[in-house]
Amino acid sequence: MKYIDEYRDPVKVKALLDEIAATITRPWVLMEICGGQTYAFLHHGLDDMLPKELELVHGPGCPVCVTPLEQIDRAIAIANRPDVIFTSYGDMLRVPGSSVNLFAIRAKGGDVRVVYSPLEAVELAANNPDRQVVFFAIGFETTAPPNAMAVLQASQRGLKNFSVLVSHVRVPPAMEALLASKTNRVQAFLAAGHVCAVMGYHEYPVIAEKYHIPVVVTGFEPVDLLRGVLAAARQLEAGKAVVENAYERTVTFNGNQPAQQTIQTVFMPVDRKWRGIGIIPMSGWGLRPEFAQLDAETRFAVGEIVTQESPLCIAGEILQGLKKPLQCSAYGKQCTPQTPLGAPMVSAEGACAAYYRYHRN
Amino acid sequence: MTEEPDFEGYTCPVPVQRSDTVVLGHGSGGRLSHDLVDRLFLPELGQAAPRALDDSAVLTIGGQRLALTTDSHVVAPLFFPGGDIGRLAVCGTVNDLAMVGATPVALTCGFIIEEGLSFEILQRVVQSMREAAAEAGVFIAAGDTKVVQKGGADKLFINTSGVGCVPDGLYISGMNAKPGDVIIVSGTIGDHGIAVLSEREGLGFETDLQSDVAPLNHLVCEMLAAGELHVLRDPTRGGLGTTLVEISGQSNVIVELQEWAIPVKLQVRAACEMLGFDSLYVANEGKLVAFVAEKDADKILAEMRKNKYGRDAAVIGKVTRSGNPQVRLKTAIGGTRLVDMLPGEMLPRIC
Repeated sequence: MKYIDEYRDPVKVKALLDEIAATITRPWVLMEICGGQTYAFLHHGLDDMLPKELELVHGPGCPVCVTPLEQIDRAIAIANRPDVIFTSYGDMLRVPGSSVNLFAIRAKGGDVRVVYSPLEAVELAANNPDRQVVFFAIGFETTAPPNAMAVLQASQRGLKNFSVLVSHVRVPPAMEALLASKTNRVQAFLAAGHVCAVMGYHEYPVIAEKYHIPVVVTGFEPVDLLRGVLAAARQLEAGKAVVENAYERTVTFNGNQPAQQTIQTVFMPVDRKWRGIGIIPMSGWGLRPEFAQLDAETRFAVGEIVTQESPLCIAGEILQGLKKPLQCSAYGKQCTPQTPLGAPMVSAEGACAAYYRYHRN
Repeated sequence: MTEEPDFEGYTCPVPVQRSDTVVLGHGSGGRLSHDLVDRLFLPELGQAAPRALDDSAVLTIGGQRLALTTDSHVVAPLFFPGGDIGRLAVCGTVNDLAMVGATPVALTCGFIIEEGLSFEILQRVVQSMREAAAEAGVFIAAGDTKVVQKGGADKLFINTSGVGCVPDGLYISGMNAKPGDVIIVSGTIGDHGIAVLSEREGLGFETDLQSDVAPLNHLVCEMLAAGELHVLRDPTRGGLGTTLVEISGQSNVIVELQEWAIPVKLQVRAACEMLGFDSLYVANEGKLVAFVAEKDADKILAEMRKNKYGRDAAVIGKVTRSGNPQVRLKTAIGGTRLVDMLPGEMLPRIC
């Protein structure tokens, strides 16, 4: 299959692994930002093929994992209303709120529907004028443009019964927050290729310089991942700290300008709470005031729902690379994908779930 | 001023208690379905049932070994590329009988019909059942009809039960996998799941992909004549991955698969890549996986390839040894990973 097979070519993979091994002279800690990259490393068994000196730390780039608990509880409160059709990307339905998840609401008669595109939710609103249609707008810069487009279209069509529950997050502030942490161990970033396809990588040179850390824009197939690792390893060994693009076939410096424009039209940077981490300044997208009437949080008065996280698992330490999922005492016992204690066990892209599926022993 | 982000205190939420209601995932054929059977059905109803938990139960009645099974069909839409609920209902039960080595003899069918269903649709479904039964060589011996009010069911549900005869001395069971066994799949995986999904979800992708729904009893008969079979299973809901994990658990063996050897159609691969699915967990309705004695593997494979439902049959792995049950997959790039059951519903990824 074109664009897949050539990036899963065992000969190319072997050549890159040899080159990485020949480059490394001492231990290094790399963080892959995106949960999709974590998944790909484990899905292909690639993590075990890297030289032992290279430690991968699995970053916070899993949209399901970082959506805060109280936002899930707000979604559940809205989805429970009989006048509402609650729409969401499928993965979010399994995320535990403080008592139940959206699957359970659906099982009890709530009208919760999986959509593949937020524009489907807009169509639902147009076709069901007597119902309120709410879309759960979550994710990083990758999902922000289509979600912004849904808001724009609903607004232009004058659909009074459409609204969005927004919990968008941005990557660069999270990278900075990680680097500023006293316990940070990360020495190089593999930046998230899909996010960069939208945003470009013009936001990263300032981070690379300020924290003296290599940032390599990296894709998702085995050859892409290894090219990212090799570029990062070469920089680390040479004492360099610049931004490089190892995903040239998809990413440009300035990114997808119309998509960025759409985000800017609808959203603005706001402080955002990350599940289990707390508030990171300017780390989210929120609706601009001119679209405030489409904000489900105010329309259904759920903004007051505040939930405290409980200190039961070690996701924070995993996030920083201080521990691996296998070192958690609950991992695979009380905490499994069917009964997740924490969000990283929920999504296929969560580090704990990826370990559980592919790496259990 | 905002509070400092606290990575020290990055924690997980309060655990969700086990759901107090049934959710769709309990019917997915994966881990949740197994939990439901293990925690509720078996403790209440399992006393009289044999513990093997194969596709059919094998009972000895009056000296005759009989296979008995039942299966309900709730597919939406009723008609999909390559098949329909009628063909599915017949083939599903015929295949469950065949997977214990039985020769299927007779089926019963129960129709649960939502009022408002057109006779034209019902007629087409029943004709399709007749054709599938004729192909499989079974007759439909008894039936039942219930009509429920609008909203009480989704158009049409069909339950079929079946009986078949099991030859003396034949023991095919998920508990019978042995070290050295060669694992053969009868053709490309995931065709049914993706064909139905392309109709159902309005995903905007068009494909010429057809469901593989087919009766496999004649294929099994030819395989039995060709050599020694230990395990047969049709990997329906939950897919090949879930089925192999079940068998490794039932037989306490370690299974090793070669990713590159597993046949997958290009359209299925492409759809899975796009949606974030793993073809190992996509449903099949006309495929089987067999664990066969190493000495007979070539002969059985050659025989399978002569049958139209086994044309793309391939060896995909082997049982390496007894021990802590595990399914290991050698990836195409030379790595190794574990294969687990499908956890719940298969969900498309977010980005």
